[in-house]
Amino acid sequence: MTALVLRGVRPYGEDPVDLVIEGGVIAEMSRSGSASGHIVDADGLVALPGLVDLHTHLREPGREDAETIETGSRAAALGGFTCVHAMANTDPVADTAGVVEQVWRLGQRAGLVDVRPVGAVTAGLLGEQMAELGAMAHSSARVRVFSDDGKCVHDAVLMRRALEYVKAFGGVIAQHAQEPRLTENAQMNEGVLSGVLGLTGWPSVAEEAIIARDVLLAEHVGSRLHICHVSTAGSVEVIRWAKARGIDVTAEVTPHHLILTEDLVASYDPIYKVNPPLRTHDDVSALRMAVADGTIDAIATDHAPHPHEDKDCEWAAAAFGMLGLQTALSVAQHTLVESGLLDWRGLADRMSVRPARIGGVQTQGQGLEPGAPAHVCVLDASARWIVDPEAVASKSRNTPYASMELPGSVRHVIFGGIPTVIDGALA
Amino acid sequence: MKHLLSAGDLTRDDAVLILDTASELATVTDRSVKKLPTLRGRTVVNLFFEDSTRTRISFEVAAKRLSADVINFAAKGSSVSKGESLKDTALTLEAIGADAVVIRHGSSGAPHRLARAGWIGGSVINAGDGTHEHPTQALLDAFTLRRHLCEGRGDLTGIRVTIVGDVLHSRVARSNVLLLRTLGAHVTVVAPPTLLPLGISAWPCDVTYDIDSALPEADAVMMLRVQGERMRAAYFPSANEYSRSYGLDAERLRAMRPDAIVMHPGPMNRGMEISADVADSDRSVIVEQVANGVSVRMAVLYLLLGGDMKGQG
Repeated sequence: MTALVLRGVRPYGEDPVDLVIEGGVIAEMSRSGSASGHIVDADGLVALPGLVDLHTHLREPGREDAETIETGSRAAALGGFTCVHAMANTDPVADTAGVVEQVWRLGQRAGLVDVRPVGAVTAGLLGEQMAELGAMAHSSARVRVFSDDGKCVHDAVLMRRALEYVKAFGGVIAQHAQEPRLTENAQMNEGVLSGVLGLTGWPSVAEEAIIARDVLLAEHVGSRLHICHVSTAGSVEVIRWAKARGIDVTAEVTPHHLILTEDLVASYDPIYKVNPPLRTHDDVSALRMAVADGTIDAIATDHAPHPHEDKDCEWAAAAFGMLGLQTALSVAQHTLVESGLLDWRGLADRMSVRPARIGGVQTQGQGLEPGAPAHVCVLDASARWIVDPEAVASKSRNTPYASMELPGSVRHVIFGGIPTVIDGALA
Repeated sequence: MKHLLSAGDLTRDDAVLILDTASELATVTDRSVKKLPTLRGRTVVNLFFEDSTRTRISFEVAAKRLSADVINFAAKGSSVSKGESLKDTALTLEAIGADAVVIRHGSSGAPHRLARAGWIGGSVINAGDGTHEHPTQALLDAFTLRRHLCEGRGDLTGIRVTIVGDVLHSRVARSNVLLLRTLGAHVTVVAPPTLLPLGISAWPCDVTYDIDSALPEADAVMMLRVQGERMRAAYFPSANEYSRSYGLDAERLRAMRPDAIVMHPGPMNRGMEISADVADSDRSVIVEQVANGVSVRMAVLYLLLGGDMKGQG
C-alpha cells in the first residue's frame, strides 16, 4: 500500500513537514519535500488532529427529515471532525443496547467519522428510572458518555446514583444543567432584553445552581462529571472553583456561545432560538477566557438540525437549536486563535485531545505524532468564506451564520488513514 | 412608516401626528353619518389568534368608518401549535390582497415575524403580542391623557402617570412606558417585586413597590388587569392580599390629586385591582378610553395606508 503524503503541511501551524500516513497511522513527519508516495499538496496549510465532537444531534432514528447519521457524518467530515458523539434524544431514545448498537452500526456504514453513541441516563429521558447503562456500556457500541441532553437530570438522588453507577465501567454523566422549574416556558436569556421583548426569561442561575449541586455531588461520591454547553460567566466561576478544589469535572462550550449574543433575539427570528439561550457579551468574554485557561475543556457543537418549518414561524412555536458541525472550527479560529487566546496546539487540545479523553475514545485525540492513529484535519487558515445555508451538507439549513464571513476553510480530512475530504469536498 | 409594531418605534413627532389626526377623525364620530371615504377599496384584515372584544371591535369600527373592506379572521382553535398556521394564514392573506393586517397573537414578536419574514407585503399593525406590546392601546391612553390634562394638544410634557399592577406580563405597560416617555411624561410603575421584569431598572421610568407613595403626585393612574392564574403561579399569596396592597379603592382615590384621572385598559377585575366604586366614579375615564380607541385606530390606519406618516418602520 502506497503511503499518503501531506506535502508541506504545517502541524499546529508550525514548521512545514511531509506528514506521511501508512497503515492507518502517522508513519513519520519528515522534512518538507523529502517523502514519496501518493502526494497531497498541503503547502502552507495547517494540520490539526482530527476534531472530536462531544455533542452532536444526528436525529436518527426518528427524525430523519432533519438529519441522518449519513448526512450528519458528511457535515462532520467537512467540518474537520473524525469523531462525533451522537446524542441520545432520538425516537426511540438511545436508552437500550439495541438503539445504541443501531446508531453505532449506521455510523460505521457511513464510514466518514467515528460515531460514538451517547446513552440516555434515564429511560425515555423521563428523569424517573435509570436506563440500562451497563448494557449500553457493554454493547458493541461501548458507550462511555451518558446524557439526558435536552433535559436535565434534575432529581438529585437519581443524579447521585448515575454518577456512582457509571464508575463501574469508566463512564461519565454529561449533564444538561437546567433547573426545570426556573425555566418553565423559557424563551431567551433572562435580563433587561427579555423584559423589553416580553419573552419568558431563562435565568443564568438555573444553569449555575445545577452545576453547583452536581460538582458537590461528584465530589461527595468521588465520580467524574461533565457539563454540557456551559453558557454563563457564573457557571465558569463555579467550575473553576470545583476544579481548584480537585473535583473531577470537565466542561464544554458551544461555538455559538463563543460568538453570538442575546441581542440577536431582538429580531424575533427563531434562527437564534437555542437552548441554553444566547447570553450577554460578558458571558461570551468569560467563556472565551475559560476555554483559554482550560477551565472549559472542550468546544462541542451541539449541532441541532431542524427542518425549515420548525424555524420559519413565530418565536414561541420554533424549535431550539442550530447547526454547528461545518462552522465550529471557523468560529473557534475567529474567537480563540485570531484573538490570540489560543495557539493551534491549544485549539487542538480543546477540540480533539481533551474531548476524546472525556469521551473515553482511545483511538482519537492522540495528536500529530509518529505512531498516532492517522486522524488529521488540514485547513487553510488564511481563507475566508461566506456561510451559505444552501451549501451545507446537513439535511437541515438552520445555521445562524448565514451571510457571515468566517475565517479558515477545511481542505483535507484523513480518517483512520483514509481521506474523507479532499480539497474541501467529500473524497 | 409602513408598520406599527412597537410604541418604541414612534418618534415624538410621529406620535403627536397620530394623536392630532385622531382628534380630527374623532369629529366623524359625532356626525350622523359616521363615515369617510378615505380607505375605499382597501382591505383590512383583523387577524386575531387570541380572544379580544374591545380591541377587535375597535379596529373593525375604525376601518369601517374609513370605508375599508374588513375581514375578521379569528384563528383561535386552528392548529397554531407548530407555527405553520401563522405563515400559511399570512400567505392566504397575501393572496387575497390584504393592504393591512391587524394582528393579535399570543406569541411575543409574532407581528414582527409577519412584517419581516417575507410572507406578506402589506402593513402590519400590532394589536397585542404575547407579553410584549400593544402600541395602539398606548396611543389611545396618550390620547385620553392629552384630552384631560393637556387641552387636547401637543405632547405630554410634565404629566405624571403611575402604572400599577402586573407589569411583568403586561403588553399595555411596555407600550405605555415607551410611548409616554417619548411624549415627555414622567412614568412611575408600581407592582410587587414578583410582577416586575428583571432589569426594569433599565426602563425609562421610576419603580416602586409602594402604591401609597406613588399616588399623591400622579396626574393619572393606570390600573393593570391582574389575572387569577398569577396567584396560582405564586406571584403573590392571595387575591385579598393583592387587592389590599395594590388595589385602587375609594380611600386611595382620596389620597390622589382632586383632578387626577383613573384609567384601565380593560377588561377589569372589579374588586381585585380596582374597586367598583372607583371604576364607576366621575374620576374614571375607562369608558372614554374605549371610545378614543376607535379614533386612534382610525388615525393609525389612515396614516399607514394613506402613506402620510413621516419616518420609516
